[in-house]
Amino acid sequence: MSSTAEIFNNFQDYLNADYDLREEIRAVVRDLEQSAREIQTTLQAIHQPSKSTGYEEICQSALSMFSKVKENYAVLATKIPSNQYYRYNDHWKFVTQRLIYLCALIVYLRDESLVSRETVASMLGVKTNREDGFHIDLDDYLMGVLNLTSELSRLAMNAVTAGDYSRPLRISHFIGELDAGFRLLNLKNDALRKRFDGLKYDVKRCEEVVYDLTIRGLVGREEKAE
Amino acid sequence: MEASAGAGGNAGRGRYRRKRYGHDAKGSDRENEKHLKTSMVNVDVNSAVIEAFQGFQVELDTRNDTYERIVKLSRDITIESKRLIFLLHRVTGSDDRDSILTDAAARMLELRTSKFLPLAKELKGQDPYQFLRAFSPGLQEYIESVTFYHYLADNQLASLDSIQTGLTFTLQDSNGNQNDLPKNLQVKNSAPRKLPDECIGNSDVPPSLKTLSDENKQDIQNRDVASEECLQGQNCTTDKAVAAETFDCESLQTVSVPVPPTEYMLGVADFTGELMKMAINSVGSGDLRTPRIVAEMMRTIHDAFASIGNIPRELRHKLRVLRQSLQKVETACYTMKVRGSEIPSHMLADVFSTAGTGDMFCMDDNEEFYD
Repeated sequence: MSSTAEIFNNFQDYLNADYDLREEIRAVVRDLEQSAREIQTTLQAIHQPSKSTGYEEICQSALSMFSKVKENYAVLATKIPSNQYYRYNDHWKFVTQRLIYLCALIVYLRDESLVSRETVASMLGVKTNREDGFHIDLDDYLMGVLNLTSELSRLAMNAVTAGDYSRPLRISHFIGELDAGFRLLNLKNDALRKRFDGLKYDVKRCEEVVYDLTIRGLVGREEKAE
Repeated sequence: MEASAGAGGNAGRGRYRRKRYGHDAKGSDRENEKHLKTSMVNVDVNSAVIEAFQGFQVELDTRNDTYERIVKLSRDITIESKRLIFLLHRVTGSDDRDSILTDAAARMLELRTSKFLPLAKELKGQDPYQFLRAFSPGLQEYIESVTFYHYLADNQLASLDSIQTGLTFTLQDSNGNQNDLPKNLQVKNSAPRKLPDECIGNSDVPPSLKTLSDENKQDIQNRDVASEECLQGQNCTTDKAVAAETFDCESLQTVSVPVPPTEYMLGVADFTGELMKMAINSVGSGDLRTPRIVAEMMRTIHDAFASIGNIPRELRHKLRVLRQSLQKVETACYTMKVRGSEIPSHMLADVFSTAGTGDMFCMDDNEEFYD
């Protein structure tokens, strides 16, 4: 058995190593946050329809910025000891959620579909499953999707302003689908649950836009029939 | 193709609801409709989004179930550890010190097999830090009781390694039985067992009793191994051949409950609270030596904590409490020194019981030494 002094010396070494690693993680996460901000700024152009650039070009330029994100995630992945992802994941949780939201937004703008976890993982250069290494936590993915809905409800209004009357209907349908999806989940009383509680306001806002369009007859005939 | 997949998903959902609420199929259909109506938009139940979320539902539920099972185990561990600590406190002033310790050791082994082994199996293949919050209370309480036991038995601080060894289980099968048994015992008995009378004066253990208790211990460990085997009998058949031939730690499957060093230190900090209790109790029973010895141990731990930096937040709080406990014990020692010569020892207890509420033990609760 080791002496008390030895036990505490070992503990001090452990704490120091832990502290150093956290510092390194923080440095990488700072870079990630910087990239995420840049991508978000680029994507904000979708709300300013006066510019003649289409969604496709905006998405393209945003996508080109993901290479740096991938690099950063690769560096981060090398720093985390195996099976200790959840020990440090508080550090990159928020930035990952934001990047997932950005991925989901790009994919939605291009295909009008919900991004799959596999796609997000490949866009960020990480794994899908925990067993394979640095991965995307399900909670973070769902959080990112919830962030997408609030952005889309905003886009629905701005699309109307820009004279695009069909988009709000599609967005409303999409968010309705997501809402139905989230209702399937048995959420615990945690952060995800709280964020989910905000989803209904996004749904409501989209429905109001659709209502406004419908009573003014601004919606195409075929869509009304449906 | 999509329709069929959707139907499958639907069935899955129905099954789930039945299980959870005991609804019949019709009821669950009605529920479905209500669900979709409330979202006002006509949602296609077979859509890719819904399908994906059905997968997420399963994943989330699995994880939450695991979490809940671990919380339950942790709670059981906490309760049993607390009882163990109460049992160990009875050592103070007891004539039958060794039998209490043997009893405690037996219950600890029982606790390990009945609770920690299932916990280790739950954690197998998982990231332990994902579930740390679920089992951390139990683990800390267990560490507290184990360090307390080792202090009483060996008069020293149990190391993290020794605790970790106790929580590492070797999955065995009946073929490897013959080989495993000696090694297992050897590992567990390797810690030198000193005569425990350094700590408290009144234990004059005859050698026969001591060997008896050691035999008891071995018996219990045999039982422990045996019960592990029957537990493992059903689900560990694949490496039977391997385990029988090459007897190595690597070739055997091991599962363990990992003990993060921070958790260990939190447990040690709690343990000093038990030392304080023991010191005060022993004064009550007229034992004047124990508080001094205990104070020494507490001082060692206190000084060691004071010397390290980068302390996690939850530990910092416990260290404040540790400082208060230490002061309490030191005050007790001081009082005994000053008044011990004036008052007959059988009356000292009264002095303490009255002093306990008086100025002597009035600690400065707001003191923040470690910040």
